[in-house]
Amino acid sequence: MLTLNVNGVDRSLDVDPATPLLWVLRDTIGLTGTKYGCGMALCGACTVHLDGQPVRSCITQVGTVGTAKVTTIEGLSPDRSHPVQRAWIELDVPQCGYCQSGQIMSASALLAQTPRPTDADIDAAMAGNICRCGTYQRIRAAIHRAAELGGETQP
Amino acid sequence: MSAPGGHQEALSRRDFLKTSAVGLGGLVLAIDLAGCSKPGSRPGATSVVTTNAWLRIGTDNSITFLCDRSEMGQGVYTGLVTIFAEELGVDPARIAVEFAPAGPAYVNALLGGQITGGSTSVRDAWTRLRTAGAQARELLKTAAAREWDTSASACRVENGEVISPFGKRLSYGAVATAAAALPVPADVALKPATAFQWIGREGRRLDTPAKVDGSAIYGIDVTLPGMLYAALAQPPMLGGKAKSVDDAAARAMPGVRDVVTTTSGIAVVADSWWQARQGRDALRIEWDGSASAGLNDGAILRGLRQAAAKSGIVARKEGDAEGALKAAARVVRAEYELPLLAHATMEPQVCTAHVQASSCDVYVPTQTQGAAQAVAAAAAGLEPAQVKVHTTFLGGGFGRRLDVDFIPAAVEASKATGKPVKLLWTREDDITHDTYRPPAYDTVAGGFDRDGNLVAWKLHLTGPSITARVFPGAVPAGAVDPFAIEAAANYPYDVPNVLVDWVPHEVGLDVGYWRSVSHALNCFVAESFMDELALAAGRDPAAFRRALLAKQPRYREVLDVALRRSGYDKPAAAGRFRGIAVMEGYDTYMAQVAEISIEDGKVKVHRIVCALDCGQTINPTIVVAQVESAILFGLSAALWGEINVQGGRVQQSNFHDYRVVRMNEVPAIETYVVGSDNPPGGIGEPATALVAPAICNAIHAATKRRLRSLPVKRHNLA
Repeated sequence: MLTLNVNGVDRSLDVDPATPLLWVLRDTIGLTGTKYGCGMALCGACTVHLDGQPVRSCITQVGTVGTAKVTTIEGLSPDRSHPVQRAWIELDVPQCGYCQSGQIMSASALLAQTPRPTDADIDAAMAGNICRCGTYQRIRAAIHRAAELGGETQP
Repeated sequence: MSAPGGHQEALSRRDFLKTSAVGLGGLVLAIDLAGCSKPGSRPGATSVVTTNAWLRIGTDNSITFLCDRSEMGQGVYTGLVTIFAEELGVDPARIAVEFAPAGPAYVNALLGGQITGGSTSVRDAWTRLRTAGAQARELLKTAAAREWDTSASACRVENGEVISPFGKRLSYGAVATAAAALPVPADVALKPATAFQWIGREGRRLDTPAKVDGSAIYGIDVTLPGMLYAALAQPPMLGGKAKSVDDAAARAMPGVRDVVTTTSGIAVVADSWWQARQGRDALRIEWDGSASAGLNDGAILRGLRQAAAKSGIVARKEGDAEGALKAAARVVRAEYELPLLAHATMEPQVCTAHVQASSCDVYVPTQTQGAAQAVAAAAAGLEPAQVKVHTTFLGGGFGRRLDVDFIPAAVEASKATGKPVKLLWTREDDITHDTYRPPAYDTVAGGFDRDGNLVAWKLHLTGPSITARVFPGAVPAGAVDPFAIEAAANYPYDVPNVLVDWVPHEVGLDVGYWRSVSHALNCFVAESFMDELALAAGRDPAAFRRALLAKQPRYREVLDVALRRSGYDKPAAAGRFRGIAVMEGYDTYMAQVAEISIEDGKVKVHRIVCALDCGQTINPTIVVAQVESAILFGLSAALWGEINVQGGRVQQSNFHDYRVVRMNEVPAIETYVVGSDNPPGGIGEPATALVAPAICNAIHAATKRRLRSLPVKRHNLA
């Protein structure tokens, strides 16, 4: 048994510690917002936060998480009120939407670290997240918009 | 196919499909009223009334639209309800959307099946769904008018209510039961465009909220009580077969419940997908790869070149191109070739099936509910009517999910275990077992007279038929696959002698529909070669095209807009070079201007300006998003996309060796929609096809090198 803190809730889990965090979140806990895309940390669809840092859950063994707090898309806000989610809605970013949980988790980690990111900051932070629908222009615009929204709530 | 206009050509293609009904049964153009007056069973509403196949109204005044096309990012979840709601008289934002089951009412009249593809959804729905919405509205008005003892024509509707001449109001929910019992009016008047409240206006996508909080359910997210998970061992070589399977180690792995031999591989079924995958990797399988041992890139290209020596099936003929080329004062000839491509949808192929004694439920991200139902029924040993198809959101489609090859194994695994089973492919499974965009080998020739006029143009296409594979029997011997000659047979330039012909040639692997299908193959050839001809004639590529498009106002207008917006009349910045492409596809007219530089022998794409006329727009935001999307899809393919085969094995396997565009590689994309009151054109696909020729024409401007094969990465530009 191991204990995992996910979205603020401690969970006792009977899983092989070598199991990737992604599959524990999806299949054991039932949080399916985090997606599988490549299994090799190449596409970013599985991005979650560990103590606020973005990680690829598809290559993160659950046994290595320890006491770090896991945040998934479901835990980002209870009501789509996170500035990144608000900006994503405002600019209608998603198309198929499959990669967007990962995009949003990478973007929210970037903004937590760098509240006013430059385009170069966005390139560096987001280049690991693939979107086959090509929503990148809107993601970039929405990150800038989320920075404004975040600034409004933190005067 | 004698008319040179793209519009006429597109109609010809539709006519072909209508008459051949591509495999999936007849056309259902009339509104299905089978459900009329039968209460539905939607939970949460005490009574639900169905006035036609797309609409359910609850007595609680809830309104639900059944979306009969699959949402894969292109926006039908929003667009189709907008079209329907306009005539129903309800704000689309207050209508709930559900995906429709498989059913005859939902056949796409442009494709002959319940299919989401070919950028047809809005074109097919345009009259059909407005008519259905208007019929429902008239029924509701009539029912309300009877309550008030007045005439329906004296009543009007406003956002879900019928209003009497004296200002009394009844909600749709209040009169829905009575409305459903009335005869459907045959003739209903549709609103003129000037009266549209929602069509053509900026409106939010209705699926966005569920796609920013993780709640949207894709195929991979389906969860059923008692469900098991499966991973599939498929042959590592194309067409391979398992000679022997030792599953002892797999069966001993934690969580593994069963190992099932399916028609597409060995499925390991377990309590979680990770356990299933670990079990799969523990299988010891001896494969027989003899069927494709000799299959490789070189053999595929040699086969295409040999087949190209044959004369082709004529797709378009005007005048005598062969004779005119012989008589021409100057002839330019070229050969082009295109590689295999994978779709690489972000969501790998997945299907959840639950087979019971006399029923089967499949939960699947599919672009073709009818075919999904048929293959699931065959795998379950049931009749199609016993199979219920539940369509989820699609994590990308791009044509990949027009194939149903990933469905039977899930059904077979469920049948064998007696449990619901979710069978998910790995990314590696997905790249190595795709139905690939076909390769092509094409020869093209143009002839000038003594005065420098282009008098002959001949395009000789060679490649496999996708339609013949996906819909066996749909392309009769000697007939052209309409999905092989797009952006070729509708060659728009004013040339008196034109010949387009096509040699079908199978290449030994499964080919599939890939975003914009043969447009992406043929536009690369036709528009690259237009530049070759322009330069041979000593003309500017834009001026050369404009002169030959004098009789094609829709083409010419989008070209002019793209030229103006790109600043084409002024020199590009130092080190920057421009290239043009023009095309009609899916009834949409489009021009692109790409701006590039060459850095360290590699192309850097800085900017793509796209002008388009897609007729009436439904949702302008989605139109622009689809253009951006299609351009980046085309950019990945143009720069890096190729699938290589050696010894029958696909060489690429994941995003490290099947490279796609990332955030830091995105050029500035500017989209200009030219207003037009023509009926809607398709927008999900066309922009994909113009990217490669526009970029390669710019590369020629920069380097004087003509790239006659893709991807660009094959070529050293230093």
